[in-house]
Amino acid sequence: MSTRSRLLLCVAGLGALHLGVACAGFFAPYDPTAQDREHPYAPPMPLHFVDARGGFHLLPFFYAQELQAGTFDQYLENRSRAIPVEFFVSGAPYHVLGVFPLRIHLLGGGDVQMYLLGSDGYGRDLLSRILFGGQVSLLAGLIGAGLTLSIGLCIGTVAGFWGGWKDEVLMRVAELFLALPWIYLLFAMRAFLPLTVPPLKAFLLVVIVIAAVGWARPARMVRGIVLSAKERDFVRSARGFGASDAYLLRRHIVPETASVVLTQAAILVPQFVLAEMTLSFLGLGVPEPVASWGNMLSSLQHYNVLVSYWWMYLPALAMVPFFLGYLLLESLLQGSYATSKIE
Amino acid sequence: MRCAPGSNVSERRARLGHIGTVLAAISSCFLAIQAAGSFPTYANAKEELLRVAGEIGRPGGRIVIALRSEPKTLNPLIAADATSREVIGAMQADLVHINRATQLTEPALAKAWKMSADGLQYTLTLRQGLKFSDGRPVDIEDVLFTLRVYLDEGVHATQRDLLIVGGKPIAVRKVDAQTVAFTLAKPYGVGERLFDGLMILPRHLLETAYKEGKLSSAGGLGTAANQWAGLGPFRLKEYVAGQRLILERNPYYWKADEQGNRLPYLDEIVFLFVPSADAQVLRFQSGETDIISRLGAENFSVLSRQARDYRMADAGPGLEYNFLFFNLNELGEKAPADMARKQSWFRSEKFRQAVSLAIDREAIVRLVYQGRGAALWGPVTPGNPRWADASIAHPTRSLDKSRQLLAEAGFRMAKGESAEPQLLDAAGRPVEFSIVTSASNADRAKMAALIQDDLKQLGMRVQVVPLELRSLIDRITQTKEYDACVLGIVSFDADPNSDLNVWLSSGGMHLWNLSQKHPATDWEAEIDRLMEQQLTATNAEQRKKSYDRVQEILGEHQPMVFLASPDILVGAKKSIGNFRPAVLEPYVLWNVDQLYQRNGAENARR
Repeated sequence: MSTRSRLLLCVAGLGALHLGVACAGFFAPYDPTAQDREHPYAPPMPLHFVDARGGFHLLPFFYAQELQAGTFDQYLENRSRAIPVEFFVSGAPYHVLGVFPLRIHLLGGGDVQMYLLGSDGYGRDLLSRILFGGQVSLLAGLIGAGLTLSIGLCIGTVAGFWGGWKDEVLMRVAELFLALPWIYLLFAMRAFLPLTVPPLKAFLLVVIVIAAVGWARPARMVRGIVLSAKERDFVRSARGFGASDAYLLRRHIVPETASVVLTQAAILVPQFVLAEMTLSFLGLGVPEPVASWGNMLSSLQHYNVLVSYWWMYLPALAMVPFFLGYLLLESLLQGSYATSKIE
Repeated sequence: MRCAPGSNVSERRARLGHIGTVLAAISSCFLAIQAAGSFPTYANAKEELLRVAGEIGRPGGRIVIALRSEPKTLNPLIAADATSREVIGAMQADLVHINRATQLTEPALAKAWKMSADGLQYTLTLRQGLKFSDGRPVDIEDVLFTLRVYLDEGVHATQRDLLIVGGKPIAVRKVDAQTVAFTLAKPYGVGERLFDGLMILPRHLLETAYKEGKLSSAGGLGTAANQWAGLGPFRLKEYVAGQRLILERNPYYWKADEQGNRLPYLDEIVFLFVPSADAQVLRFQSGETDIISRLGAENFSVLSRQARDYRMADAGPGLEYNFLFFNLNELGEKAPADMARKQSWFRSEKFRQAVSLAIDREAIVRLVYQGRGAALWGPVTPGNPRWADASIAHPTRSLDKSRQLLAEAGFRMAKGESAEPQLLDAAGRPVEFSIVTSASNADRAKMAALIQDDLKQLGMRVQVVPLELRSLIDRITQTKEYDACVLGIVSFDADPNSDLNVWLSSGGMHLWNLSQKHPATDWEAEIDRLMEQQLTATNAEQRKKSYDRVQEILGEHQPMVFLASPDILVGAKKSIGNFRPAVLEPYVLWNVDQLYQRNGAENARR
């Protein structure tokens, strides 16, 4: 398979994963904040095709779990009744991509709550939370990376292209930013925000701040590319023919940085997703009841959750395909640029 | 009174002052010591050991216990935090002691006491032959010295306010070499419980520091073992900063078991400093520590599931009560308009009642405490049956009734931009507010999340804001910039007076509207009057009646929406004898003098 088709495949795969998360409302059986107080820490309910009496079912079914009397989190499968999984059911209202209101869900358990990936301490469906949590975490990654790269690109280009004191000043500022202890900066920032800032707004603000702090590294890389590009023969000759700075930048120099910018993007997106997870884990990210991978994992800070409920680790697994996808993309991009250079 | 573990308001409380009696107008305090000091002789003093019931243990061995933080001091005068008090409890003793199991008073350093008919005078007789842990005999001058320093304003003793009755400090007078008389300005309903926690201090070690004005800095953890003494079962042996504190057996202790063996049985107690609850669980599980207390329900169930050589005990609901309260402080004109609008909702009694009716307390007990707790409708928990008002209403959760109350108060429902219902106030503005809670207390954060979901069903948009403890306390007591808060208080005694400064409108812990000059409402004025009444009544029935009425008023007006009380959950190795956890602090170490190691060989190995 050529690098190009592999690249396309990788982008398609990542796109599909992102689409799944973007349409979380459809794939999630329930509202991610709805509490089912009768089923805290319900373990995942496996889907069956063959029932207890050996009968085969064409459509998957599951068994309801009933809390054992006198316990808090011990469940027994009620095997007397196979509950078929329903498809395209009407359920909790949601918005696709935050715009179109809908009620249709891919799966549902009818009158019985179906926990395909278990439930958390409030009896909230973990599958729904992972899907909706992905929206927050991935959005943080994409917005963060986008912002960082645009700032980095502008500053790097200016510093590299015009050089002189502008370069000096910008690069020294970049070094200053590299040395900033950003986590303390965020702690301080959260303390200054008023209590009543809506959680998502506060969170976006935090993402913007990390992005604003993180521009230094890409800016330095872009500067390097620009420095070498502006001395290349075709740029010099274009200048000789009377090309303006703006034309040179647009036509010759900025396109040269594409390889760096794209590979950086593929590295930065998962990095910012991780940053979101770290922040939420520390309680600086999105607060309850909004789901994000970070705050879902933060329940693992408690020893009892760590040893008692293995399905609470699942949000960590959810990010694996995304990270692998992005890393693959990054290495493919690097490879494709390397080969194109040789050509 | 102090706030629950995880939200130590106690130190702050000490500074807030205005604790103790209503009439504790801080005036100059002169302790009337009428006794002429003279040193009695001890040569032939006969020892009067106090015999206590319990299993007969075997001497020797040590126990290891983890503390959540290092104690801040060994000095009982200024100790405000729970860990300091826990350690001091093993090193010091008081004249009259509240038995943590029976919750009744019993003789301690005073072998007997007598109250005068008018309730104004207590005469206490000291046990004979008492010696401090350094071997120095105790005399009545030590008692007088103790009272003098406790009452000295310059010392800032945390218990000082409790010793001011009717606006005047308690007067102490020496009667004879073994007897001392305390005179009160007004009858004091608490009675001899007053003397609990009043640790008798060694005058020979502290008088110089006192005269130099350095008493409040004495008793730091770095104090040399021979420079510190007490009357408790153990004495200081070694302190390693950041790691451990070791106490050794006090050979002069004044208690004995039923066979006359001098207590305590153990040779040593080792306190390890283990800051996180989870780390404490791991240490206990691995056998590194012998006793674990202040357990959360979740860790308790983890330990119970894997119990091997230890046993876990649920001592029933303790005295911690958790509650939600709204900011009802008079903020004056500088308050932002937004806050004034919110306060107009919070001040509506029907609004508060509606909130209370909508909260699923049963779910809180089940999901937060895994069923190991009790739902609350008043401040007195089932762990304190003597003072709980049995007739207090326990309305079942009803969203319909809540909605009805809100409608009566002028609120109405609107269709918001999304499909979720939205409650609007009389002026048509959406009802949105935030609940602050301590980020370090997972239980309360969980309660707040459940309340958030309950109130969502009434159309209220609630945000839960976990704050670092210090900034939380600062917001509640200083800046008063908050809407509502979920907090908990642990009463240190079953007696209602331990929470006096919570209920009095002038109190520094009257959380919803702090330190008022005049009661803001009629019912707060009535609570003030009732609390004063029970304070001065000497008749227990009368006191109970007054306090019952206080509980009813609180239930009616809901300044605090009471939520739930956790059980006291503890565990100990099976080899520990006489292990009898109580619901009063210190839950497991209250009978540390009787604890013993059943298995000597195991100890030797360690």
